[in-house]
Amino acid sequence: MDTPPPAIHVSGLRKSYGRLEVLKGVDFTVAAGSIFALLGSNGAGKTTVVRILSTLLKPDAGTAGVAGFDAVAQPERVRESISLTGQFAAVDQILTGRENLVMVARLRQVSDPGRVADDLLARFGLTEAGARRVATYSGGMRRRLDIAMSLIGDPKVIFLDEPTTGLDPEARIEVWKEIQGLADSGTTVLLTTQYLEEAEKLADRIAILHQGTIIVSGTLAELRGLLPAAKAELVERQPTLEEIFLAVVGNKEQS
Amino acid sequence: MSAHVLSNTGVMLGRSIRHVTRSMDTIITVTIMPIAFMLLFRFVFGGAIQAGTDNYTNYLMPGILLIAISSGISYTGFRLFNDMQSGIFERFHSMPIARSAVLWGHVLTSVVSNAISVVVIILVGLLMGFRTSAGVLDWLAVAGILILFTLSLTWLAMIAGLAASSTDGATAFSYPLIFLPFISSAFVPTATMPAAVRAFAENQPVTSIVNALRALFDQQPVGTGIWVALGWCAGILVVAYAFAMRVYRRKVA
Repeated sequence: MDTPPPAIHVSGLRKSYGRLEVLKGVDFTVAAGSIFALLGSNGAGKTTVVRILSTLLKPDAGTAGVAGFDAVAQPERVRESISLTGQFAAVDQILTGRENLVMVARLRQVSDPGRVADDLLARFGLTEAGARRVATYSGGMRRRLDIAMSLIGDPKVIFLDEPTTGLDPEARIEVWKEIQGLADSGTTVLLTTQYLEEAEKLADRIAILHQGTIIVSGTLAELRGLLPAAKAELVERQPTLEEIFLAVVGNKEQS
Repeated sequence: MSAHVLSNTGVMLGRSIRHVTRSMDTIITVTIMPIAFMLLFRFVFGGAIQAGTDNYTNYLMPGILLIAISSGISYTGFRLFNDMQSGIFERFHSMPIARSAVLWGHVLTSVVSNAISVVVIILVGLLMGFRTSAGVLDWLAVAGILILFTLSLTWLAMIAGLAASSTDGATAFSYPLIFLPFISSAFVPTATMPAAVRAFAENQPVTSIVNALRALFDQQPVGTGIWVALGWCAGILVVAYAFAMRVYRRKVA
Protein backbone atom coordinates (compact mmCIF):
# COMPACT_ATOMS: atom_id res chain seq x y z
CA MET A 1 0.00 0.00 0.00
CA ASP A 2 1.15 3.54 -0.77
CA THR A 3 1.71 5.89 2.10
CA PRO A 4 -1.46 7.97 2.60
CA PRO A 5 -1.27 11.65 1.64
CA PRO A 6 -0.28 13.92 4.54
CA ALA A 7 -3.14 15.31 6.64
CA ILE A 8 -1.43 18.69 6.84
CA HIS A 9 1.10 20.11 4.45
CA VAL A 10 2.58 23.55 4.98
CA SER A 11 5.17 25.04 2.69
CA GLY A 12 6.91 28.40 2.56
CA LEU A 13 4.29 30.00 4.80
CA ARG A 14 4.79 33.72 5.39
CA LYS A 15 2.72 36.21 7.32
CA SER A 16 3.36 39.74 8.52
CA TYR A 17 1.26 42.04 10.65
CA GLY A 18 2.27 45.42 9.32
CA ARG A 19 6.04 45.52 9.68
CA LEU A 20 6.15 42.66 12.11
CA GLU A 21 7.15 39.51 10.26
CA VAL A 22 5.61 36.66 12.24
CA LEU A 23 6.16 33.74 9.88
CA LYS A 24 9.25 33.79 7.66
CA GLY A 25 8.77 30.66 5.58
CA VAL A 26 7.41 27.77 7.62
CA ASP A 27 7.45 24.22 6.23
CA PHE A 28 6.18 21.02 7.81
CA THR A 29 4.13 17.95 7.05
CA VAL A 30 1.90 15.97 9.38
CA ALA A 31 1.13 12.32 8.63
CA ALA A 32 -2.51 11.26 8.86
CA GLY A 33 -3.46 9.83 12.25
CA SER A 34 -0.42 11.20 14.07
CA ILE A 35 0.09 13.81 16.77
CA PHE A 36 2.30 16.68 15.73
CA ALA A 37 3.46 19.21 18.28
CA LEU A 38 4.38 22.74 17.29
CA LEU A 39 6.56 23.94 20.08
CA GLY A 40 7.54 27.51 20.70
CA SER A 41 7.62 30.34 23.20
CA ASN A 42 4.96 33.03 23.38
CA GLY A 43 4.86 35.08 20.21
CA ALA A 44 6.73 32.49 18.15
CA GLY A 45 3.88 32.37 15.61
CA LYS A 46 2.23 29.09 16.61
CA THR A 47 -1.25 30.56 16.76
CA THR A 48 -0.73 32.32 13.43
CA VAL A 49 0.04 28.95 11.79
CA VAL A 50 -3.10 27.44 13.33
CA ARG A 51 -5.24 30.39 12.29
CA ILE A 52 -4.05 30.07 8.69
CA LEU A 53 -4.68 26.31 8.65
CA SER A 54 -8.16 26.77 10.07
CA THR A 55 -9.02 29.39 7.37
CA LEU A 56 -9.28 32.29 9.82
CA LEU A 57 -6.34 34.12 8.33
CA LYS A 58 -4.85 34.33 4.85
CA PRO A 59 -1.10 33.86 4.45
CA ASP A 60 0.99 36.45 2.60
CA ALA A 61 2.82 33.69 0.75
CA GLY A 62 3.21 29.94 0.73
CA THR A 63 0.64 27.17 0.83
CA ALA A 64 -1.29 25.51 3.61
CA GLY A 65 -3.09 22.28 2.81
CA VAL A 66 -5.38 20.29 5.09
CA ALA A 67 -6.78 16.87 4.18
CA GLY A 68 -5.76 17.50 0.58
CA PHE A 69 -7.54 20.87 0.31
CA ASP A 70 -5.93 24.28 0.03
CA ALA A 71 -6.80 26.57 2.95
CA VAL A 72 -6.94 29.64 0.70
CA ALA A 73 -8.54 28.22 -2.45
CA GLN A 74 -10.95 25.72 -0.85
CA PRO A 75 -11.71 27.08 2.63
CA GLU A 76 -15.16 25.42 2.82
CA ARG A 77 -13.69 21.98 2.14
CA VAL A 78 -10.99 22.59 4.74
CA ARG A 79 -13.61 23.62 7.32
CA GLU A 80 -15.49 20.39 6.67
CA SER A 81 -12.34 18.46 7.57
CA ILE A 82 -11.22 20.27 10.71
CA SER A 83 -12.06 21.38 14.20
CA LEU A 84 -10.37 24.16 16.10
CA THR A 85 -9.94 24.35 19.83
CA GLY A 86 -8.62 27.77 20.55
CA GLN A 87 -6.13 28.99 23.07
CA PHE A 88 -8.87 30.61 25.09
CA ALA A 89 -11.58 27.99 25.42
CA ALA A 90 -14.20 29.21 22.97
CA VAL A 91 -17.26 27.90 24.69
CA ASP A 92 -20.48 29.79 25.30
CA GLN A 93 -20.48 30.73 28.97
CA ILE A 94 -24.15 31.63 29.14
CA LEU A 95 -25.33 28.31 27.73
CA THR A 96 -25.12 25.04 29.63
CA GLY A 97 -22.52 22.43 28.70
CA ARG A 98 -25.15 20.34 27.00
CA GLU A 99 -26.55 23.30 25.09
CA ASN A 100 -23.07 24.10 23.80
CA LEU A 101 -22.72 20.57 22.44
CA VAL A 102 -26.22 20.52 20.94
CA MET A 103 -25.56 23.88 19.30
CA VAL A 104 -22.40 22.64 17.58
CA ALA A 105 -24.11 19.37 16.59
CA ARG A 106 -26.98 21.28 15.01
CA LEU A 107 -24.61 23.66 13.23
CA ARG A 108 -22.72 20.69 11.81
CA GLN A 109 -26.09 19.12 10.93
CA VAL A 110 -25.32 15.89 12.73
CA SER A 111 -28.33 13.63 13.17
CA ASP A 112 -29.77 13.31 16.68
CA PRO A 113 -27.90 16.24 18.29
CA GLY A 114 -29.30 15.45 21.74
CA ARG A 115 -27.84 11.97 21.82
CA VAL A 116 -24.49 13.14 20.43
CA ALA A 117 -24.38 15.69 23.25
CA ASP A 118 -25.26 13.17 25.96
CA ASP A 119 -22.68 10.67 24.69
CA LEU A 120 -19.95 13.32 24.74
CA LEU A 121 -20.94 14.55 28.20
CA ALA A 122 -20.61 10.99 29.48
CA ARG A 123 -17.32 10.42 27.69
CA PHE A 124 -15.78 13.59 29.15
CA GLY A 125 -17.17 13.10 32.66
CA LEU A 126 -19.48 16.08 32.37
CA THR A 127 -22.86 14.36 32.63
CA GLU A 128 -23.65 15.87 36.01
CA ALA A 129 -22.44 19.31 34.99
CA GLY A 130 -24.25 19.14 31.65
CA ALA A 131 -27.28 21.10 32.80
CA ARG A 132 -25.21 23.83 34.45
CA ARG A 133 -24.12 27.03 32.79
CA VAL A 134 -20.53 26.91 31.58
CA ALA A 135 -19.76 30.08 33.56
CA THR A 136 -19.80 27.88 36.68
CA TYR A 137 -17.27 25.36 35.27
CA SER A 138 -13.65 25.05 36.36
CA GLY A 139 -10.89 25.65 33.82
CA GLY A 140 -10.38 21.92 33.33
CA MET A 141 -14.08 21.22 32.79
CA ARG A 142 -14.29 24.08 30.32
CA ARG A 143 -11.36 22.74 28.34
CA ARG A 144 -12.81 19.24 28.28
CA LEU A 145 -16.09 20.66 27.00
CA ASP A 146 -14.14 22.65 24.43
CA ILE A 147 -12.42 19.50 23.17
CA ALA A 148 -15.73 17.58 23.23
CA MET A 149 -17.26 20.29 21.02
CA SER A 150 -14.38 19.83 18.58
CA LEU A 151 -15.11 16.14 18.18
CA ILE A 152 -18.67 16.57 16.90
CA GLY A 153 -18.96 15.58 13.27
CA ASP A 154 -15.80 13.42 13.43
CA PRO A 155 -13.36 15.88 11.83
CA LYS A 156 -10.29 14.28 10.25
CA VAL A 157 -7.94 16.91 11.64
CA ILE A 158 -8.08 18.66 15.00
CA PHE A 159 -6.11 21.77 15.90
CA LEU A 160 -5.47 22.20 19.58
CA ASP A 161 -3.97 25.60 20.24
CA GLU A 162 -2.28 25.42 23.65
CA PRO A 163 -4.90 23.04 25.05
CA THR A 164 -3.43 22.89 28.54
CA THR A 165 -2.29 26.47 29.11
CA GLY A 166 -3.63 27.64 32.46
CA LEU A 167 -4.70 24.20 33.62
CA ASP A 168 -3.60 22.56 36.85
CA PRO A 169 -1.56 19.34 36.58
CA GLU A 170 -4.53 17.04 37.15
CA ALA A 171 -6.67 18.69 34.49
CA ARG A 172 -3.67 18.63 32.17
CA ILE A 173 -3.34 14.87 32.52
CA GLU A 174 -7.05 14.44 31.74
CA VAL A 175 -6.67 16.51 28.57
CA TRP A 176 -3.58 14.51 27.58
CA LYS A 177 -5.53 11.27 27.89
CA GLU A 178 -8.20 12.61 25.56
CA ILE A 179 -5.66 13.80 23.01
CA GLN A 180 -3.98 10.39 23.04
CA GLY A 181 -7.40 8.79 22.60
CA LEU A 182 -8.07 10.96 19.54
CA ALA A 183 -4.90 9.86 17.81
CA ASP A 184 -5.59 6.23 18.71
CA SER A 185 -8.92 6.48 16.90
CA GLY A 186 -7.23 7.79 13.75
CA THR A 187 -7.68 11.55 14.08
CA THR A 188 -4.77 13.75 13.11
CA VAL A 189 -3.86 16.19 15.87
CA LEU A 190 -1.86 19.37 15.48
CA LEU A 191 -0.99 20.56 18.93
CA THR A 192 0.69 23.81 19.80
CA THR A 193 2.31 24.10 23.17
CA GLN A 194 4.96 25.93 25.10
CA TYR A 195 5.43 22.97 27.44
CA LEU A 196 8.28 20.72 26.43
CA GLU A 197 6.90 17.94 28.55
CA GLU A 198 3.55 18.01 26.79
CA ALA A 199 5.17 17.54 23.40
CA GLU A 200 7.36 14.83 24.85
CA LYS A 201 4.41 12.87 26.29
CA LEU A 202 2.09 13.11 23.32
CA ALA A 203 3.71 13.90 20.02
CA ASP A 204 4.87 11.51 17.33
CA ARG A 205 6.79 14.37 15.80
CA ILE A 206 7.83 17.71 17.21
CA ALA A 207 8.76 20.92 15.43
CA ILE A 208 10.22 23.92 17.18
CA LEU A 209 9.02 27.24 15.82
CA HIS A 210 11.34 30.07 16.72
CA GLN A 211 11.33 33.61 15.38
CA GLY A 212 9.14 32.71 12.44
CA THR A 213 10.86 29.57 11.17
CA ILE A 214 10.99 25.91 12.11
CA ILE A 215 14.48 25.50 13.52
CA VAL A 216 14.29 21.77 14.29
CA SER A 217 11.83 19.06 13.59
CA GLY A 218 11.71 15.32 14.08
CA THR A 219 10.77 12.57 16.49
CA LEU A 220 11.57 12.94 20.17
CA ALA A 221 14.50 10.57 19.78
CA GLU A 222 15.88 12.64 16.92
CA LEU A 223 15.53 15.84 18.92
CA ARG A 224 17.13 14.25 21.99
CA GLY A 225 20.18 13.59 19.88
CA LEU A 226 20.53 17.34 19.35
CA LEU A 227 20.46 18.27 23.02
CA PRO A 228 23.49 18.20 25.27
CA ALA A 229 23.10 15.72 28.12
CA ALA A 230 23.25 18.37 30.87
CA LYS A 231 20.20 20.11 29.42
CA ALA A 232 18.26 16.89 29.17
CA GLU A 233 18.69 16.40 32.91
CA LEU A 234 17.32 19.86 33.63
CA VAL A 235 14.21 19.03 31.65
CA GLU A 236 13.71 15.83 33.59
CA ARG A 237 13.61 17.63 36.93
CA GLN A 238 10.38 19.48 36.01
CA PRO A 239 8.11 16.41 35.97
CA THR A 240 9.59 15.27 39.26
CA LEU A 241 8.17 18.30 41.00
CA GLU A 242 4.87 17.64 39.28
CA GLU A 243 4.90 14.07 40.48
CA ILE A 244 5.45 15.29 44.02
CA PHE A 245 2.58 17.70 43.66
CA LEU A 246 0.30 15.01 42.31
CA ALA A 247 1.32 12.56 45.01
CA VAL A 248 0.72 15.13 47.75
CA VAL A 249 -2.73 16.07 46.48
CA GLY A 250 -3.52 12.37 46.12
CA ASN A 251 -4.22 12.26 42.42
CA LYS A 252 -5.87 9.05 41.40
CA GLU A 253 -3.95 8.69 38.11
CA GLN A 254 -0.71 8.45 40.05
CA SER A 255 -1.80 6.00 42.73
CA MET B 1 -27.55 25.58 0.35
CA SER B 2 -30.22 28.06 1.42
CA ALA B 3 -31.77 25.44 3.73
CA HIS B 4 -28.28 25.18 5.23
CA VAL B 5 -28.15 28.96 5.73
CA LEU B 6 -31.64 29.01 7.30
CA SER B 7 -30.83 26.12 9.63
CA ASN B 8 -27.53 27.70 10.72
CA THR B 9 -29.19 31.08 11.22
CA GLY B 10 -31.93 29.42 13.27
CA VAL B 11 -29.36 27.84 15.59
CA MET B 12 -27.54 31.16 15.97
CA LEU B 13 -30.81 32.96 16.67
CA GLY B 14 -31.71 30.38 19.33
CA ARG B 15 -28.33 30.81 20.99
CA SER B 16 -28.49 34.57 21.03
CA ILE B 17 -32.11 34.66 22.25
CA ARG B 18 -31.02 32.51 25.20
CA HIS B 19 -28.39 35.15 25.96
CA VAL B 20 -31.15 37.74 26.08
CA THR B 21 -33.58 35.73 28.20
CA ARG B 22 -30.82 34.71 30.61
CA SER B 23 -29.73 38.25 31.31
CA MET B 24 -32.94 39.76 32.62
CA ASP B 25 -31.06 42.90 33.56
CA THR B 26 -30.68 43.79 29.87
CA ILE B 27 -34.41 43.35 29.23
CA ILE B 28 -35.25 45.42 32.27
CA THR B 29 -32.85 48.23 31.36
CA VAL B 30 -34.16 48.31 27.83
CA THR B 31 -37.83 48.60 28.84
CA ILE B 32 -37.61 50.42 32.19
CA MET B 33 -35.73 53.43 30.89
CA PRO B 34 -38.28 54.29 28.14
CA ILE B 35 -41.14 53.62 30.56
CA ALA B 36 -39.52 56.01 33.04
CA PHE B 37 -39.29 58.63 30.29
CA MET B 38 -42.93 58.01 29.45
CA LEU B 39 -43.95 58.55 33.10
CA LEU B 40 -41.73 61.63 33.35
CA PHE B 41 -43.15 63.27 30.25
CA ARG B 42 -46.73 62.26 30.91
CA PHE B 43 -46.96 63.18 34.59
CA VAL B 44 -44.19 65.76 35.16
CA PHE B 45 -43.56 67.76 31.97
CA GLY B 46 -46.74 66.83 30.13
CA GLY B 47 -49.03 69.25 31.91
CA ALA B 48 -46.90 72.18 30.84
CA ILE B 49 -46.35 71.13 27.24
CA GLN B 50 -48.69 72.63 24.67
CA ALA B 51 -48.71 69.86 22.08
CA GLY B 52 -52.13 70.76 20.73
CA THR B 53 -53.58 67.42 21.74
CA ASP B 54 -55.90 66.29 24.50
CA ASN B 55 -54.08 62.95 24.94
CA TYR B 56 -50.40 63.60 25.50
CA THR B 57 -49.68 59.87 26.05
CA ASN B 58 -50.71 59.30 22.44
CA TYR B 59 -48.45 62.17 21.40
CA LEU B 60 -45.30 60.85 23.05
CA MET B 61 -45.77 57.11 22.36
CA PRO B 62 -43.91 57.02 19.00
CA GLY B 63 -40.88 58.84 20.44
CA ILE B 64 -40.77 56.53 23.46
CA LEU B 65 -40.77 53.49 21.18
CA LEU B 66 -37.86 54.91 19.16
CA ILE B 67 -35.91 55.60 22.38
CA ALA B 68 -36.53 52.01 23.48
CA ILE B 69 -35.17 50.63 20.19
CA SER B 70 -32.19 53.01 20.20
CA SER B 71 -31.13 51.81 23.63
CA GLY B 72 -32.01 48.17 22.89
CA ILE B 73 -29.65 47.88 19.95
CA SER B 74 -26.63 48.81 22.08
CA TYR B 75 -26.90 45.33 23.63
CA THR B 76 -26.60 43.85 20.15
CA GLY B 77 -23.27 45.61 19.72
CA PHE B 78 -22.30 44.41 23.18
CA ARG B 79 -23.16 40.76 22.46
CA LEU B 80 -21.35 40.79 19.12
CA PHE B 81 -18.30 42.38 20.74
CA ASN B 82 -18.28 39.67 23.43
CA ASP B 83 -18.39 36.96 20.76
CA MET B 84 -15.43 38.53 18.97
CA GLN B 85 -13.46 38.75 22.22
CA SER B 86 -14.27 35.32 23.64
CA GLY B 87 -13.06 33.32 20.66
CA ILE B 88 -16.42 31.71 19.93
CA PHE B 89 -16.62 33.87 16.80
CA GLU B 90 -13.46 32.13 15.57
CA ARG B 91 -14.82 28.72 16.47
CA PHE B 92 -17.92 29.42 14.35
CA HIS B 93 -15.82 30.74 11.49
CA SER B 94 -13.66 27.63 11.44
CA MET B 95 -16.77 25.44 11.16
CA PRO B 96 -18.46 24.30 7.93
CA ILE B 97 -21.39 26.67 8.35
CA ALA B 98 -22.75 29.68 6.48
CA ARG B 99 -20.65 32.51 7.88
CA SER B 100 -23.46 35.00 7.31
CA ALA B 101 -25.47 33.08 9.94
CA VAL B 102 -23.09 34.29 12.64
CA LEU B 103 -24.03 37.94 12.03
CA TRP B 104 -27.69 37.37 11.11
CA GLY B 105 -28.26 35.46 14.34
CA HIS B 106 -27.41 38.67 16.20
CA VAL B 107 -29.47 40.85 13.86
CA LEU B 108 -32.61 38.71 14.17
CA THR B 109 -32.18 38.51 17.93
CA SER B 110 -32.11 42.29 17.98
CA VAL B 111 -35.38 42.43 16.03
CA VAL B 112 -37.06 39.89 18.33
CA SER B 113 -35.88 41.41 21.62
CA ASN B 114 -36.74 44.96 20.53
CA ALA B 115 -40.16 43.78 19.39
CA ILE B 116 -40.74 42.34 22.87
CA SER B 117 -39.79 45.59 24.59
CA VAL B 118 -41.96 47.58 22.16
CA VAL B 119 -44.96 45.39 23.02
CA VAL B 120 -44.31 45.76 26.76
CA ILE B 121 -44.05 49.54 26.43
CA ILE B 122 -47.28 49.75 24.42
CA LEU B 123 -49.06 47.69 27.10
CA VAL B 124 -47.78 50.00 29.84
CA GLY B 125 -48.83 52.91 27.62
CA LEU B 126 -52.38 51.53 27.48
CA LEU B 127 -52.46 51.58 31.28
CA MET B 128 -51.35 55.21 31.19
CA GLY B 129 -54.06 56.24 28.79
CA PHE B 130 -52.63 55.48 25.36
CA ARG B 131 -55.54 55.01 22.97
CA THR B 132 -55.45 54.29 19.28
CA SER B 133 -58.03 53.79 16.57
CA ALA B 134 -55.50 52.06 14.36
CA GLY B 135 -56.81 49.13 12.31
CA VAL B 136 -54.96 45.99 11.32
CA LEU B 137 -53.33 47.61 8.30
CA ASP B 138 -52.20 50.60 10.38
CA TRP B 139 -50.68 48.27 12.96
CA LEU B 140 -48.91 46.34 10.20
CA ALA B 141 -47.52 49.61 8.86
CA VAL B 142 -46.39 50.60 12.37
CA ALA B 143 -44.75 47.21 12.83
CA GLY B 144 -43.09 47.49 9.41
CA ILE B 145 -41.63 50.92 10.16
CA LEU B 146 -40.42 49.87 13.62
CA ILE B 147 -38.80 46.68 12.24
CA LEU B 148 -37.09 48.65 9.47
CA PHE B 149 -35.91 51.21 12.05
CA THR B 150 -34.63 48.38 14.29
CA LEU B 151 -32.79 46.75 11.38
CA SER B 152 -31.09 49.97 10.32
CA LEU B 153 -29.94 50.80 13.86
CA THR B 154 -28.95 47.17 14.46
CA TRP B 155 -26.55 47.27 11.53
CA LEU B 156 -25.08 50.46 13.02
CA ALA B 157 -24.65 48.47 16.23
CA MET B 158 -22.97 45.69 14.27
CA ILE B 159 -20.33 48.17 13.04
CA ALA B 160 -19.65 49.18 16.63
CA GLY B 161 -19.58 45.57 17.82
CA LEU B 162 -17.17 44.53 15.08
CA ALA B 163 -14.86 47.53 15.22
CA ALA B 164 -14.79 48.32 18.94
CA SER B 165 -11.74 47.63 21.04
CA SER B 166 -13.57 47.88 24.37
CA THR B 167 -17.02 47.18 25.78
CA ASP B 168 -17.60 50.92 26.15
CA GLY B 169 -16.83 51.46 22.49
CA ALA B 170 -19.27 48.75 21.51
CA THR B 171 -22.16 50.42 23.33
CA ALA B 172 -21.41 54.15 23.61
CA PHE B 173 -22.50 54.90 20.03
CA SER B 174 -26.12 54.45 21.07
CA TYR B 175 -26.16 57.45 23.43
CA PRO B 176 -26.52 60.06 20.67
CA LEU B 177 -29.21 57.88 19.09
CA ILE B 178 -31.17 57.86 22.34
CA PHE B 179 -30.80 61.65 22.50
CA LEU B 180 -32.01 62.26 18.95
CA PRO B 181 -35.77 61.97 19.72
CA PHE B 182 -35.43 64.88 22.18
CA ILE B 183 -34.50 67.23 19.33
CA SER B 184 -37.42 66.17 17.18
CA SER B 185 -41.19 66.33 17.13
CA ALA B 186 -41.33 63.38 19.55
CA PHE B 187 -42.20 65.34 22.71
CA VAL B 188 -42.96 68.91 21.65
CA PRO B 189 -44.11 70.49 18.38
CA THR B 190 -41.08 71.71 16.42
CA ALA B 191 -42.84 75.07 15.79
CA THR B 192 -41.76 76.42 19.20
CA MET B 193 -38.05 75.79 18.62
CA PRO B 194 -35.55 78.52 17.56
CA ALA B 195 -35.00 78.54 13.79
CA ALA B 196 -31.68 76.62 13.71
CA VAL B 197 -32.83 73.94 16.13
CA ARG B 198 -36.11 73.70 14.32
CA ALA B 199 -34.37 73.23 10.97
CA PHE B 200 -32.35 70.38 12.45
CA ALA B 201 -35.36 68.83 14.19
CA GLU B 202 -37.54 68.88 11.11
CA ASN B 203 -34.90 67.39 8.85
CA GLN B 204 -33.55 64.58 10.98
CA PRO B 205 -34.91 61.04 10.62
CA VAL B 206 -36.69 60.78 13.99
CA THR B 207 -39.20 63.55 13.22
CA SER B 208 -40.44 61.98 10.01
CA ILE B 209 -40.66 58.54 11.64
CA VAL B 210 -42.46 59.90 14.70
CA ASN B 211 -44.92 61.84 12.53
CA ALA B 212 -45.65 58.79 10.39
CA LEU B 213 -46.24 56.58 13.44
CA ARG B 214 -48.42 59.23 15.09
CA ALA B 215 -50.56 59.54 11.95
CA LEU B 216 -50.96 55.75 11.74
CA PHE B 217 -51.97 55.47 15.41
CA ASP B 218 -54.52 58.29 14.93
CA GLN B 219 -55.76 57.03 11.54
CA GLN B 220 -54.76 60.34 9.97
CA PRO B 221 -53.44 60.49 6.41
CA VAL B 222 -49.69 59.82 6.50
CA GLY B 223 -49.06 61.91 3.38
CA THR B 224 -45.65 61.92 1.75
CA GLY B 225 -44.00 62.05 5.19
CA ILE B 226 -44.09 58.27 5.48
CA TRP B 227 -41.89 57.97 2.39
CA VAL B 228 -39.37 60.33 3.95
CA ALA B 229 -39.44 58.14 7.08
CA LEU B 230 -39.01 54.93 5.09
CA GLY B 231 -36.31 56.57 2.98
CA TRP B 232 -34.31 57.49 6.08
CA CYS B 233 -34.60 53.96 7.51
CA ALA B 234 -33.72 52.25 4.24
CA GLY B 235 -30.86 54.67 3.59
CA ILE B 236 -29.32 54.16 7.04
CA LEU B 237 -29.79 50.41 6.65
CA VAL B 238 -28.00 50.22 3.31
CA VAL B 239 -25.08 52.44 4.37
CA ALA B 240 -24.70 50.76 7.77
CA TYR B 241 -24.85 47.29 6.21
CA ALA B 242 -22.21 48.18 3.64
CA PHE B 243 -19.91 49.60 6.32
CA ALA B 244 -20.49 46.66 8.65
CA MET B 245 -19.58 44.21 5.88
CA ARG B 246 -16.43 46.20 5.14
CA VAL B 247 -15.36 46.07 8.76
CA TYR B 248 -16.31 42.38 8.88
CA ARG B 249 -14.17 41.54 5.85
CA ARG B 250 -11.26 43.44 7.32
CA LYS B 251 -11.56 41.48 10.57
CA VAL B 252 -12.18 38.07 9.01
CA ALA B 253 -9.99 36.57 6.30
